[in-house]
Amino acid sequence: MTGTSPLMPRQRDKHPQPFWPDYKTSVTRSPSLPLLSMDSTPSEETGPPFGHSLLGPLDNNLILNYSQGKASAVGERIRVHGQILDETGRPVPNTLIEIWQANAGGRYRHVKDTYFAALDPNFGGCGRTITDEYGRYEFLTIRPGAYPWPNRANDWRPMHIHFSIFGHAFGQRLISQMYFQGDPLIDLCPIAATIRDRSQLDRLVAPLDMQNSRPHDYLAYKFDIVLRGRRQTMFENKPEGM
Amino acid sequence: MTQSLGLLIETPSQTAGPYVHIGCIPTFAGIEGVYPEDLGLSPVANGAKGDIITITGSIYDGTGWAMRDAMLESWQADASGLYPGQEGADPNVLGFCRFAADKDTGEYTLKTVKPGPVADRNGNMMAPHISIWIVARGINIGLHTRIYFEDEDNQNDPLLNRIEQRHRVETLIAKKSGDTAYRFDVRLQGDGETVFLDI
Repeated sequence: MTGTSPLMPRQRDKHPQPFWPDYKTSVTRSPSLPLLSMDSTPSEETGPPFGHSLLGPLDNNLILNYSQGKASAVGERIRVHGQILDETGRPVPNTLIEIWQANAGGRYRHVKDTYFAALDPNFGGCGRTITDEYGRYEFLTIRPGAYPWPNRANDWRPMHIHFSIFGHAFGQRLISQMYFQGDPLIDLCPIAATIRDRSQLDRLVAPLDMQNSRPHDYLAYKFDIVLRGRRQTMFENKPEGM
Repeated sequence: MTQSLGLLIETPSQTAGPYVHIGCIPTFAGIEGVYPEDLGLSPVANGAKGDIITITGSIYDGTGWAMRDAMLESWQADASGLYPGQEGADPNVLGFCRFAADKDTGEYTLKTVKPGPVADRNGNMMAPHISIWIVARGINIGLHTRIYFEDEDNQNDPLLNRIEQRHRVETLIAKKSGDTAYRFDVRLQGDGETVFLDI
């Protein structure tokens, strides 16, 4: 196939355990049989493109986008920024990133969230952007609060922002969560603990980035993301004799 | 000491959680007006060439319960087996769709064009299929699978032929439920567990 090259196999040991009894919902929602592994095909090596024309001017500003710019959300103003790379270190330009999160009190604007912390009338909690030519992105938002959830008797999620990234191939599709430096709840969280390699979990913890904060406006956190790369293929897919 | 490979490691996945709709399908969560419309509402535009079909199904957990909070994405070729962006591909086939299990019944519906066969890397033709990715609370890393069709010739499909236990092939094949309708249920675990892919 022209235009595509094979994806590097996913290193499943660097990812969470699908079956993790401390995260109770995973017990009945994890396959018990092994995955079927094979080389990627064009079905996984291609993926949907999304253009900048998709975006509205406030799509990556969660402080203002729910009120259409009329009023600011309440909470700690932060900028979350970083770069999307693939495993070979190449930037991933023009790729769609979507985020969602709770408000400053830990309450989600979702019909199913019944936590009694109040909704913020000026905060929706969703944002999206497309990376630039260097794979860079940024969001303005408020820092989400921790919240309790019905798992074990007294489980609380650390402060986190959900990330969804497309890449350029359906096989690169990734959803993850960004945590915040210094949050003591990370070490107690059974969802974070599904990642057994501590150095891998640390990669989901965004450091405070004072140099990219803006005085008298917002603090910054840096969160870089790595997607699957493509193998080099000097000898594949060449006509006989070349 | 050796040279360094210089490779990075993929960012680890985490579950999409119960509120994935806020970010991905805001109107499902009750959030209107932030975006003009939800992303990936339909994989086809008017005028797409080929047969328009409807696929319906549920995602069952290990107890047989149809999950109400799953989110699915599909990616597919057009009726002649070309992916969007490839030369000659049907401009009215966008290929991508995003849809949720119904919050009351757990059932999903995908209305799309039936894809044509696509060649794999070795030039072998793969039977018509739609790639599916499933995320939800309790799923720590998104699950890839494929929908094939019972009224297509699936005998020489390279992926289906890799499945050692032949009865498991059936878990990837949508059954006809009407002239242009199919049923495709996904079982995450236990009896009739769907084949999931590491691809």
